[in-house]
Amino acid sequence: MSKFRVVHYLNQFFGQVGGEDKANIPPFTKEGPVGPGMALQGILGDDAEIVATVICGDSWFNENIEAAKAQVLELIAGYKPDLVIAGPAFNAGRYGMACGAVAEAVSQNLGIPVISGIYPENPGLEMYRRHAMFVKTGDSAASMRTALPAMGKLALKVLKGEELGAPEEEGYIPRGIRQNIVTEKRGSQRAVEMLLAKLRGEEYKTEYPMPQFDRVAPNPALRDVTKAKIALVTSGGIVPKGNPDHIESSSASKYGKYSLEGVTDLTAETHATAHGGYDPVYANADADRVLPVDVLRELEQEGKIGSLHRYFYATVGNGTSVANARRFAEEIARELKQDGVDAVILTST
Amino acid sequence: MKLRLGRIRITDIQFGDKTRVHRGVLYVNKEEILAALADDRLSSIELDLARPGESVRIMPVKDVIEPRLKVEGPGGIFPGFVSKVDMVGQGTTLVLSGAAVVTTGRIVGFQEGIIDMSGPGAEYTPFSRTCNLVVSCQPAPGLGQHEHEAAVRMAGLKAAATLAEAARGAEVDAWEEYECLNLAEGIKRYPDLPRVAYVYMLQSQGLLHDTYVYGVDAKRILPTLLSPTEVMDGAIISGNCVSACDKNTTYHHLNNPVIEDLYRRHGKDLNFVGVIITNENVTLADKQRSSNFTAKLAEMLALDGAIISEEGFGNPDTDLIMNCTKLEKKGIKTVILTDEYAGRDGASQSLADADPLADAVVTGGNANEVITLPPMARVIGHQETANVIAGGFDGSLQEDGSITVEIQAIVGATNELGFNRRSARTV
Repeated sequence: MSKFRVVHYLNQFFGQVGGEDKANIPPFTKEGPVGPGMALQGILGDDAEIVATVICGDSWFNENIEAAKAQVLELIAGYKPDLVIAGPAFNAGRYGMACGAVAEAVSQNLGIPVISGIYPENPGLEMYRRHAMFVKTGDSAASMRTALPAMGKLALKVLKGEELGAPEEEGYIPRGIRQNIVTEKRGSQRAVEMLLAKLRGEEYKTEYPMPQFDRVAPNPALRDVTKAKIALVTSGGIVPKGNPDHIESSSASKYGKYSLEGVTDLTAETHATAHGGYDPVYANADADRVLPVDVLRELEQEGKIGSLHRYFYATVGNGTSVANARRFAEEIARELKQDGVDAVILTST
Repeated sequence: MKLRLGRIRITDIQFGDKTRVHRGVLYVNKEEILAALADDRLSSIELDLARPGESVRIMPVKDVIEPRLKVEGPGGIFPGFVSKVDMVGQGTTLVLSGAAVVTTGRIVGFQEGIIDMSGPGAEYTPFSRTCNLVVSCQPAPGLGQHEHEAAVRMAGLKAAATLAEAARGAEVDAWEEYECLNLAEGIKRYPDLPRVAYVYMLQSQGLLHDTYVYGVDAKRILPTLLSPTEVMDGAIISGNCVSACDKNTTYHHLNNPVIEDLYRRHGKDLNFVGVIITNENVTLADKQRSSNFTAKLAEMLALDGAIISEEGFGNPDTDLIMNCTKLEKKGIKTVILTDEYAGRDGASQSLADADPLADAVVTGGNANEVITLPPMARVIGHQETANVIAGGFDGSLQEDGSITVEIQAIVGATNELGFNRRSARTV
């Protein structure tokens, strides 16, 4: 069996180029392992080979972040690795950011795993935790002798496709990705046992720690609604009949943008809902119930609003992930601003 | 209140001349069942069998029902539907354990729920392990969707009740006994044990999202108290199946695992005082009213703790968090049972509402996980619905008959009663 191919990313210091005075060097490659890569190769043994080391100065990387990512990625890709190891970066902020950015570029573009090592307070972790399995290290290179074996061991497990235990068992910091598992006991029994522990004041572990919610403060009121251009945006799934964009009935991965040019009323012949999460009978009979085009056209006629924007946007807010919802919102808001829309009526179901 | 459950183990199902149980085999007389289901609202009814391990796919599934027969005590099974509305939960009830009725047919735009009897999908649904009588119903021309749903729901309940007659006189394999004491007696008998109730949230959001209690649409109830044994006699039945992974079928209600597992510790580690049922309506006023009543009942029962189970996701997450925080603020410790919608990559936040007081969570897993179900030799129902069901997407159904979907589309995959051994962790 051929060995797994690994590329190692290091900064100028660990890449044995020099200290802060060399922090401005652009990325370059050395064949084989360098510096801590030597010890790492010893841990990887005969199963995997560090075929090359990519080195970049921390200042250069952070001051040219897009170019640095692209160049480092290209150098790494040239070696066709099965896995990339970055760092460890310990508590060096710029190095941590660089390792994280490399991890992001590699995982997104090459689709291969990245193992790194970092001190939990390094800002690079917060920014890039999702893109690498970061082994928890001490704050300085003094912890190199514990960091490298942990990183090497994890790298081998990942390369061989072995089943991984919980992050704490494997020694890496959770990436924030929810993974389904099968447990020994059914959920109801786990719930009863958790409740008994909670009642007795004993320790228990919640299976889902509560997330932090971002709350959005409303904008100030419109100064003059009779001059305002108003847009309609809905998560209630109202789409032209036939659902031309095939928006999913649940877990939407997309939204649609549809013309309201010349439309004064939505009818059972023209529009319907794509939403699978509520009784669709009434929305399908008259989609104005969810997307009130008829009323807004009347208000427009009466001069009570300036105008109704000529497009509406629709998606399905049924089990749709927050990440997707945020992306839709950013894109839709950008277009609405470009189109000079003053206010939006958001309808849900 | 004391209920004895007699379980008759069923290991196979076959059509036969007479509906009866013999040596673990449930024989089904087709004509007898069809006669019991006759309904002007349905133009045709077909019966099929699906056994564990067979290359069979059933979709879209409306409900799954376990056949139970009341042989002693007041009332009958499924009060308010099949039987009159006498109070149930006392006496003796026989169960055809391992058998189930599965209803299928078209109803609205988004047809829900897959059961694969073998292959990787079978791991995700408990109904790949039951011997199923599948009832496929087609509506009479011009029948409205709400009426159609009611007719199919009734057909499933009647089929289960008719089938359950086979339990009469059959040899019982195992007896279980459940007792619910009144509050005063319970406290007298178990003065030192913490008083625990089960807060049982019922989906009540409209067509295909409804639940019924003694025949009453749960949208129209105020939170109330049930003896756990009433649930075992079919006091709660399902009218919902959309996003089938976390909807409680009637089978789940009859076999509620939270009730079973609380009973296992009853009298030893806790005093299980009863079940508070509440709903998940869509308006804010309803949510506030129902969670207020739930918290008030919990306080009047002098609870120390409660397990709260959600049904569904998204909108009901707000009901879940309201119930949890209102109990916690009264000093009643809670554990909540939910599932997650963390995105196909698992990287998104899992719930639509959250609160730091919800510090004890049990999860049924991430419903957005994607799975490919290989083709099956036989499909009962309408496979082409794969592209539009919740959890499916354009292109879900491939030419060879395989289906790539989120596990959301599989009946009971992330059940929030804790029926399964699935969970999730952060990696």
